[in-house]
Amino acid sequence: MSYYANQHDNLPSGFSKVLAFNWALTLLIIAASSVGFLMLFSVADGDINRWARPQMVRFALGLTMMAVMAFIPISAYRSLSLFTYLFALALLVVVEFFGDIGKGAQRWIDLGFMRLQPSELMKIALVMVLALYYSWLDRNRVSKPQWVLPPLILTLIPMALVLRQPDLGTAMLLFAGATVMMFVAGVSLWYFSTGAVAAASLVYAVFQSKGQSWQLLKDYQYRRIDTFLDPSLDPLGSGYHITQSKIALGSGGISGRGFMQGTQSHLNFLPEKHTDFIFTTLAEEFGFVGGMALLVIYALIVMFCVASALSNSNRFGALLTLGISATFFFYFAVNMSMVMGLAPVVGVPLPLVSYGGSAMLVLMVGFGLVQSAHVHRPR
Amino acid sequence: MRLPKVEKQQSGKMSRRALLLLGGQLGFMSVLGLRMRDLGVKQAEQFRLLAEENRINLQLIPPSRGLIYDRLGSPIAINIPLYRIQIIREQAQNPEQVLRRLSKLIPLSEDTIAQVLETISNRKPWVPVTVTENLEWEHVAVVAANAPSLPGISPIVGAYRKYPQPHAFCHIVGYVGPVSDYDLSRIEDDDPLLRIPRFQIGKNGVEARAEHDLRGKAEIKRIEVNSVGRVMREIDSEAGIAGKNLQLTIDNELQHTTLNRIKDESAAVVVMDVRNGDILTLASAPTYDPNKFVTGISVPDWKALNENKYRPLANKTVSGTYPPGSTYKMVVALAALEAGVIGPKEKVRCSGSVEVSGRKFHCWRRGGHGRVDLVRSLRESCDVYFYDIAQRVGIEKISNMARRLGLGIRHDLPLPAIRRGLAPTKDWKRRVKGKDWFIGDTLNAGIGQGFTLASPMQLAVMSARIASGTAISPRLINTTGDALMPVSGTTPLDVDPEHLALVRLGMYEVVNSGRGTARGSRIAIQGLEMAGKTGTSQVRFITKKERASGVIRNEDLPWERRDHALFVAFAPYDDPKYAISVVVEHGGGGSKAAAPIAHDIMLATLERTKAGYGKLPSQKRRTDDPDEQPSDAPVKAKDRA
Repeated sequence: MSYYANQHDNLPSGFSKVLAFNWALTLLIIAASSVGFLMLFSVADGDINRWARPQMVRFALGLTMMAVMAFIPISAYRSLSLFTYLFALALLVVVEFFGDIGKGAQRWIDLGFMRLQPSELMKIALVMVLALYYSWLDRNRVSKPQWVLPPLILTLIPMALVLRQPDLGTAMLLFAGATVMMFVAGVSLWYFSTGAVAAASLVYAVFQSKGQSWQLLKDYQYRRIDTFLDPSLDPLGSGYHITQSKIALGSGGISGRGFMQGTQSHLNFLPEKHTDFIFTTLAEEFGFVGGMALLVIYALIVMFCVASALSNSNRFGALLTLGISATFFFYFAVNMSMVMGLAPVVGVPLPLVSYGGSAMLVLMVGFGLVQSAHVHRPR
Repeated sequence: MRLPKVEKQQSGKMSRRALLLLGGQLGFMSVLGLRMRDLGVKQAEQFRLLAEENRINLQLIPPSRGLIYDRLGSPIAINIPLYRIQIIREQAQNPEQVLRRLSKLIPLSEDTIAQVLETISNRKPWVPVTVTENLEWEHVAVVAANAPSLPGISPIVGAYRKYPQPHAFCHIVGYVGPVSDYDLSRIEDDDPLLRIPRFQIGKNGVEARAEHDLRGKAEIKRIEVNSVGRVMREIDSEAGIAGKNLQLTIDNELQHTTLNRIKDESAAVVVMDVRNGDILTLASAPTYDPNKFVTGISVPDWKALNENKYRPLANKTVSGTYPPGSTYKMVVALAALEAGVIGPKEKVRCSGSVEVSGRKFHCWRRGGHGRVDLVRSLRESCDVYFYDIAQRVGIEKISNMARRLGLGIRHDLPLPAIRRGLAPTKDWKRRVKGKDWFIGDTLNAGIGQGFTLASPMQLAVMSARIASGTAISPRLINTTGDALMPVSGTTPLDVDPEHLALVRLGMYEVVNSGRGTARGSRIAIQGLEMAGKTGTSQVRFITKKERASGVIRNEDLPWERRDHALFVAFAPYDDPKYAISVVVEHGGGGSKAAAPIAHDIMLATLERTKAGYGKLPSQKRRTDDPDEQPSDAPVKAKDRA
């Protein structure tokens, strides 16, 4: 089938697919990751073996995976979408029973060579299954209530499992990703406004439930929200993260203290300096200029993805590309908001930069899908 | 699952939505960019300051406390190295194994090991934990030699205060002890050193009063620390200043001689150089061991000291005040001579007692002395003579003279709990006792009884002033660091020199005349003759009945009710150099209990004149000696020669 499809759509085949790669996107991904290597080298006080080298190895692996995935026709992924989703769902259930406990949350499956975070995999799987659904569904039915319900169910099941872990950040990212998918698929705006009102009521309920028997969030989650709203409440406790991170960010000034010169991260005032809070090191050492540079790279990645989707007449490929770029966007938007004190502290890494295996591999898988959609897009 | 045919046409709606999404995303990114600019550019200065505070910590290195020497350079208070062993968990890796190995080298009980292991597990891995303290040098050497097999173990040398002359200087130098909350509340001192746990400050004596000079200034290191306090590197440091060494005016050897002479009496002796005020001996007995206080005294030891009826903790030379008894007669005589109420040769008849306003005042000699003049009345300590002239001159003039001679006033010495004594006035009695002054009070004051109180220090000053004719003041510290402490009061005393000469003659007779009350304590060496005055002060009221049946002898009374024995003196008579005062609490008669002690100590003092004192302090600086470090102990064999 793919052969005929290729012939029909004038698609590249064989090695010529390499030329059809979205090279700009590839280079931007490499650039963002390189920023990560530099920062991991810096926060390890110049010890390359501590974080930078493993990260580079993983990235090389991810890049290879992305390239390999780009060769596989997008239709193959479409066929795999439902299976991937069910597989990720199964893993989430497994994590519920066999997961390792880390930081008070059940999130990992220890595979021996790496710790798999099924919730990360679910981010991609959910986007895939929703892209499948909306590419399958007749566009005229998109806004019919009975056809709005299935994607909601597809989203809420993994969300519930992730919330049970409990991982509020990932659950929200899943929800945001699904919302974007439904939005670009053309679901009526009425649903979104209704949803917004419902969400507002839910937030109200969450705050009302605090201290009640039916409390909806964990105490630490309330504390995070409280200290987010007023970090000075608890400068050495929960507010510590935010205050210290703002100090580090601000003390960088316009051009920063210079590579390896950041005092806050090197002296461990910053928590999770190599993972969730790595952006503060960048801002401290390279200042406003460095922070903006990374933000621009991220913006370009998103823009190239959207551009690719717009030029793609394959609905599944386009929806997938938009969904993955949105997931990517949510990663860094939430992470940056968090370190800049615009959002409560939730465990979301800075994509391609933070140290960590799962997130990196999942992102590269996502970009592999984007590349495949790009290479095999009908022109 | 059957899939429908792949869509090929991009819908306009999807493109619109996609662009809308991108717009929203870019919009949010702009917000992030603006926020970044806000934090990093606009508020950069503020955050930079916060960041500095975050990482810089101050570390204090305590200065070494100033040493204290006697006037000839014998060490009185020194710092001795205190070795302790500490362990750092992260360096030890396996603390238990390391401690077991250590226990084979130095005495270390199982309990200690268990305790240390528990402490270690509760601390951060790089925090040093003390394993054992007060180690001998040999132990430390063994540990140091085995360092390779003892990772994480390090011997630390600290310093603690040691008083090598434990008993002799307890009342002068006092002791140091760890800063207590009470100290912090009492003293207004923002020296950060005081916040160091177990930092030692002077608690008593010179250690306490000269704390400011002895302490020095901490070396302050500004160190970069991380969020949990681990030291990353030193940024800079501000040099500390070691405490200043003090040199006392006390002569260590004479101090010991004095205390040995006092033996088991509860007594106080002050020897003073009349020319410059140097206190050569300041002995209060019994004594205690100040070293016990440095590490913290045990409750039974403290109780024993505190409840001892001889009050070993009190410095009786300045904190003990006694009715001066007959030693006060010089004051009364000088006041009367100055007022012109009695001529130098004028005689008064003593019949053994005198009756004033219905009350009988007795002379110590029941039969009386007959007709006595000033010199004789001093020599034989006739009480009636002094009743008479006291009555004539009045209390105000007596007390005025007393203050000029150094009684009833506070002498500025670096000692705690200095008491003023009392030279009473009519005004004082009305104010404090709420009663009018009676003539009987004046009579009592005339023989140094009644309200009059003086400390041994004040009596020594009085003798020195009478002897030298100057308003000399006592001086306990010779040098502080490099600075020479001033001599004060070398100006002539505001008393007629002829009157002083007359009183001195009386005092000479007391010791050297065959009829003097202290003739047994005569120094029979040509040119070194001593002049003095005995005193016996009653601590109980002798009733008429007792007087009629014969006054009970002191030996028959319980210790607390016996008379205090006093003696003041100076020598040599022709060229006064030293003054002395001796008070033996409840010792009985001054001539029997106090004068012999004074004799022995004065003789010892005179013999030690060769030891290089007696000169004015400006002549005895040794810093011009080229190989002598000014801050170090100026002790040299040749100085002792």
